[in-house]
Amino acid sequence: MAIQAVPPYPRMTPQTHIHAGQFVQEVHVSALHSVPMRILLIEDDVETAAFLVKALKEAGHVSHHACDGETGLALAESGAHDVLVVDRMLPKRDGLSVIAKLRADGVQTPVLILSALGEVDDRVKGLRAGGDDYLTKPYAFSELLARIEALARRSAPEEATTKYTVGDLELDRLTHKVNRGGQPILLQPREFRLLEYLMKHADQVVTRTMLLENVWDYHFDPQTNVIDVHISRLRAKIDKDFEAPLLHTVRGVGYSIRVERA
Amino acid sequence: MALFGTAAACAIGYIYWQTNVLLNRQLEQTIEAEVQGLAEQYRAGGISNLARTVANRSLSVGNSIYLVTDSDGDRITGNLASISRDLWDSVGRVEFVYDRPGQNGPESRLALVNIFRLKGGFRLIVGRDIEDRRVFERVVQSAFFLGLGFMALVGLGGGWLVSRSLLLRIDAVTATSRTIMEGDLSGRVPVVGSGDELDRLSENLNAMLDRIEQLMAGMREVSDNIAHDLKTPLNRLRNSAEAALREHGGAKSYRAALELTIEEADDLIKTFNGLLSIARLEAGTASGAMEEIDVAVLIRDVVELYEPAAEDMGLSLTAQADGYVRIIADRQLIGQALANLIDNAIKYGGAGAGGKIKVTAIDTDVAVEITVADLGSGIPNKDRERVLNRFVRLEESRSRPGSGLGLSLVAAVARLHGGEVRLDDNKPGLKAVLSLPHKSNHNSGAGTQ
Repeated sequence: MAIQAVPPYPRMTPQTHIHAGQFVQEVHVSALHSVPMRILLIEDDVETAAFLVKALKEAGHVSHHACDGETGLALAESGAHDVLVVDRMLPKRDGLSVIAKLRADGVQTPVLILSALGEVDDRVKGLRAGGDDYLTKPYAFSELLARIEALARRSAPEEATTKYTVGDLELDRLTHKVNRGGQPILLQPREFRLLEYLMKHADQVVTRTMLLENVWDYHFDPQTNVIDVHISRLRAKIDKDFEAPLLHTVRGVGYSIRVERA
Repeated sequence: MALFGTAAACAIGYIYWQTNVLLNRQLEQTIEAEVQGLAEQYRAGGISNLARTVANRSLSVGNSIYLVTDSDGDRITGNLASISRDLWDSVGRVEFVYDRPGQNGPESRLALVNIFRLKGGFRLIVGRDIEDRRVFERVVQSAFFLGLGFMALVGLGGGWLVSRSLLLRIDAVTATSRTIMEGDLSGRVPVVGSGDELDRLSENLNAMLDRIEQLMAGMREVSDNIAHDLKTPLNRLRNSAEAALREHGGAKSYRAALELTIEEADDLIKTFNGLLSIARLEAGTASGAMEEIDVAVLIRDVVELYEPAAEDMGLSLTAQADGYVRIIADRQLIGQALANLIDNAIKYGGAGAGGKIKVTAIDTDVAVEITVADLGSGIPNKDRERVLNRFVRLEESRSRPGSGLGLSLVAAVARLHGGEVRLDDNKPGLKAVLSLPHKSNHNSGAGTQ
């Protein structure tokens, strides 16, 4: 855990990830998550918060917990966190108002809203208030973790990345060309966007709902395994003829694109 | 009522008074004219001339009264026998009662006369018989009081009756609302059929009560279904956890049991979310995201999402729409409804390999119709209504995954958009049509460019 306590921890573009393979291996031997983060939980249910703090710690992240909106706002104003997880219904000050106040004060820390209200217009309201992502209770912890990590990545400067690279797989966002080991791979437009999203979040886990939301822009539960079938098609194109698979299934959670290390 | 009575009394009183004034004036004018004529005769020819004229006039039958007397009060001429001594010295207008021969002997009648004292002690008495007028006056007077009394009686009685029937009807409304408050929703306000304001109010109240009862019945049905479809898996979940604890199977079996528990919990959450979505759609509260969408793009999107899954099942899934098919709708909801229809078609419309599922969108000018047609076994006619209800699954075994909420959600989405979902025979297979009418404020011409 060499760099865990050094703020600000180094933020990496996908390219540096790959070239710093040594480093990644060093930080996380078992867990997939490469970057430890400081997370502020603003959640009034103490048991939920305790569970989340513990689970996030196991995932390699440091988290603080605030029980009400006012305390949460005060802590968040410091700007010392990488991601805020805010419950919508809080004592003293409700979640949306906390977020609105933070944004008004110029605090740009990404926010994940947790809510029992899960309809489309609730989501729209949450995002309009300044939230970056919206997760409906009850949720699976793996889903929450994947989204928190995706948000931290979002907050990293994108510095006009036009190329994503994972191992010998390259994706050019401008020319829409994909090749692996120098061989061009032909993708359908949707497959391209699917791969683009996966590579943007290389080394992270992305869940099926994240893919449905971000690649297809649908916020409903598709019932059947539609996403899995898309992934297996994509996998057939990028992994089939190559020795080392890059697109991995994370059981019970989702998918991850990364270079597997022994 | 009092106001009405006063007004009526005033009106009748005024008429009475005016009539009196008019009659009096007529009387005075008649007497005056008489006196004028006699005065002329007197000036021209003295008392003898006057007496002659009076004698002449007395011959004609009428209500005029004449009498000329000498200074002793003895009658010289006229149609009046005499006047009483009491009046002898008075001069001017006098009213008195005199006797006049009638059909049944002499009758007392009232007279109004002017008494003039002439030179030499003569007296001239000129006047009119006013008995008729007095009778008339009495008749009018009694009519006035009788009328007033009658009116007061009718007014008060009628008012009491009307307000009593009104109050009784309002009491009926109160009684109905009380029984409803006590929990019996079947009570209705009586409607008398007169079509008046109170009847219209009652009809509206009844319509409102019908709607409430219908909603309550819906709620009850939902809670019954929830009780069944959520409690059963909850019980299963509890049993499996309990069994794992009891069996002491070691870490591996605990793990398996926990995984099963999470899986079951996830299924429960899905069902719960589905129910909540439907409930919110039916309450009409989830309509914040209406925008103009191109259904042609939408069906291509969703078909593209499901196409690989369909292909895995050996089915071909194709979208067909020409140009733009625009409508104001909630993209997420329509997307989900379409996804549910396609999902159903993949699950049940398969009929083995080689099956075809066609998704089409057309604009009929009135509505946009999204059709999902498969070549599977279809749905029997008798079940087509029922299958739109919550938790209805035609497969008795319930072996395939699904909550039985898919089509109810489609129906709820259709209703929220003012449309409907129709299940038709595709011969063979099922043809599900999601029909979304153009809003009246939306120019349908713009949808068919």
